[in-house]
Amino acid sequence: MATPSRTVEGSQTRSARQKQFILVVSRVWAWVFLAGLVAFFALSVSIQSRGDVNFLTIRNSQNILMAIVPVLLMGLGQTFVVIAGGIDLSVGWVMGLASVVSALVIVALIDKGIHESVAIAIGCLAGIVAAMIPGVINGVIIAKLRVPSFIVTLGMSFIARGVAFLLSGGNVVGGQPQGVRDLGNEALMYLISGPNGGLYFLRPPVVTGEALRQMDRILQWPVVITFILLLIMLFVLHKTQFGRHVYAIGGNREAALRAGIPVDRHVIVLYTLSAATAGIAGILTTARFSGGSSIAGDPLLLSSIAAVIIGGTSMFGGQGSVSGTLIGALIIAVMTTGLVMLNVLPFWQYIVVGVIVILAVLIDQARDIVVGRMEAG
Amino acid sequence: MKPMLSVRNLVKRFGGLTAVNQVSLDVYPGEVVGLVGDNAAGKSTLIKCISGVYQADEGEILFQGERTYFARPMDSRRAGIETIYQDLALAGNLGVSANIFLGREAKRKHLGGMVHTLDETFMNAASKKVLDTLDIRFANFEERIEKLSGGQRQAVAIARAIYWQAKLMIMDEPTNNLGVVEQRKVLDLIRKLRDELVPVILISHTLPDVFAVTNRIVVMHRGRRVAEKRTSETNSQEIVQYMVGALDDTSSS
Repeated sequence: MATPSRTVEGSQTRSARQKQFILVVSRVWAWVFLAGLVAFFALSVSIQSRGDVNFLTIRNSQNILMAIVPVLLMGLGQTFVVIAGGIDLSVGWVMGLASVVSALVIVALIDKGIHESVAIAIGCLAGIVAAMIPGVINGVIIAKLRVPSFIVTLGMSFIARGVAFLLSGGNVVGGQPQGVRDLGNEALMYLISGPNGGLYFLRPPVVTGEALRQMDRILQWPVVITFILLLIMLFVLHKTQFGRHVYAIGGNREAALRAGIPVDRHVIVLYTLSAATAGIAGILTTARFSGGSSIAGDPLLLSSIAAVIIGGTSMFGGQGSVSGTLIGALIIAVMTTGLVMLNVLPFWQYIVVGVIVILAVLIDQARDIVVGRMEAG
Repeated sequence: MKPMLSVRNLVKRFGGLTAVNQVSLDVYPGEVVGLVGDNAAGKSTLIKCISGVYQADEGEILFQGERTYFARPMDSRRAGIETIYQDLALAGNLGVSANIFLGREAKRKHLGGMVHTLDETFMNAASKKVLDTLDIRFANFEERIEKLSGGQRQAVAIARAIYWQAKLMIMDEPTNNLGVVEQRKVLDLIRKLRDELVPVILISHTLPDVFAVTNRIVVMHRGRRVAEKRTSETNSQEIVQYMVGALDDTSSS
């Protein structure tokens, strides 16, 4: 009697171990893939350039971080919306709208003789508010009138686009003061390598010529702001009641309603939040390029959704994570930067990102099937 | 003993259709009342009036001796009426304790009450405790609900009601789609509820289940209550005849 029962136990622990293994793989594959990508580009870039170009430089890492800022910000709000079972297609043009509005307000206030830093602060606030208005409208129509989010936010995308173009006249809103450029480009730390170099905090060292060209900006303000927001969103989604209810609404809206969760209000807040993060992306874009651009967000919308999907957030709702979206955004940015450094035609980026998006979903499905089959068997 | 719930001459109309017609029903502590009837007999409408999904057009509902009006499902839930629907109202993507505390999560305060985080430790411990009192043991407590069996999910729904100190439990087809062993477990849980003096209204098409756990059986037919029998004094043939309208106590009286 003892022997067969031991065999059964043995096979159970083995299948449990296999299940555990597949779960771990499905959870960490994106990290491993990202690390593999970095290793691949580090090698191939160096080989192709015969050692002239190095992928693993501080400057390149900072370029990649700056590249993910708008994608990640839009992706963060999107992650919440998608987990709750919706989608927000309006964030691309809402980002542009916020960029234009912030730039216009700053210029107008400076013209009125208002102090630069006050003008910039009010301009940023105006940009966020301008983004939140379409967000609230999205949320109200989706929650109260029960129109599918796909349609509402698609419509809102066109509306935001039109308004942004009307406000900007279709041009880049320039004439920004120095403070705007600083917000978008200056950094927490500055590093000058070499014998006379050093690490400087908050203020760039006064240098010229070759030293200035050698200076690396480490953690530029848009990156710092984005990562503070990332940490807040991570905390809210995974540690608070608000976050728990996002999952509940995406998992079973009816159950959430019956549990007394104010579902409509929650949904409105989520679309407002999504628009607000897009608005912050818009402001940081204005800052980075010293100008308000209505079209800046449009090409980034699909990248941000791709980042969310690569990060393992389910389009059916109920599942996903903030850290996943970060990895998704990093994978896309590393890929894009690496391919450029390899002198590959930029069009290939799209093809590669597309393949990764589909692969990511296939991996998630494989996990569900394998784990499900193991439980049935 | 006073009835926990007393429904008096309740009427609910939808346009020209009278879905519930002058129905009265008393439920006492320590009993399980079976509510049976063919499709469209008005059982679900009656239950929805009691749980606040619908509002009755006429008649009154007394809960714990007091006249009540439930404008929304949440109102009846606050009063202590827990309704377990067929779809269970559980979030499949969340775990056992997240579901037991759904909408009423335990929180910890930080930074002088400015920041609240979920108190997972407390919720897990409390969930395990309430499952223990019901003799429910999960090997997979941490799993998402959708990975559990139908019976386990029923158990979670019942545990949730117990934890929040339900005073009356309404169960709509709780044994549907369950295996034989699991059906028996759910019936055991219903008996346990009854013993804890939480009365249960059991809606079911499965007459053997109804006979296994109920003290009384109320039969509805076309919106009216056509019979009310002690379970020990009737049998399924008789109940079926009431269900199909062959017998009717109200017309003979």
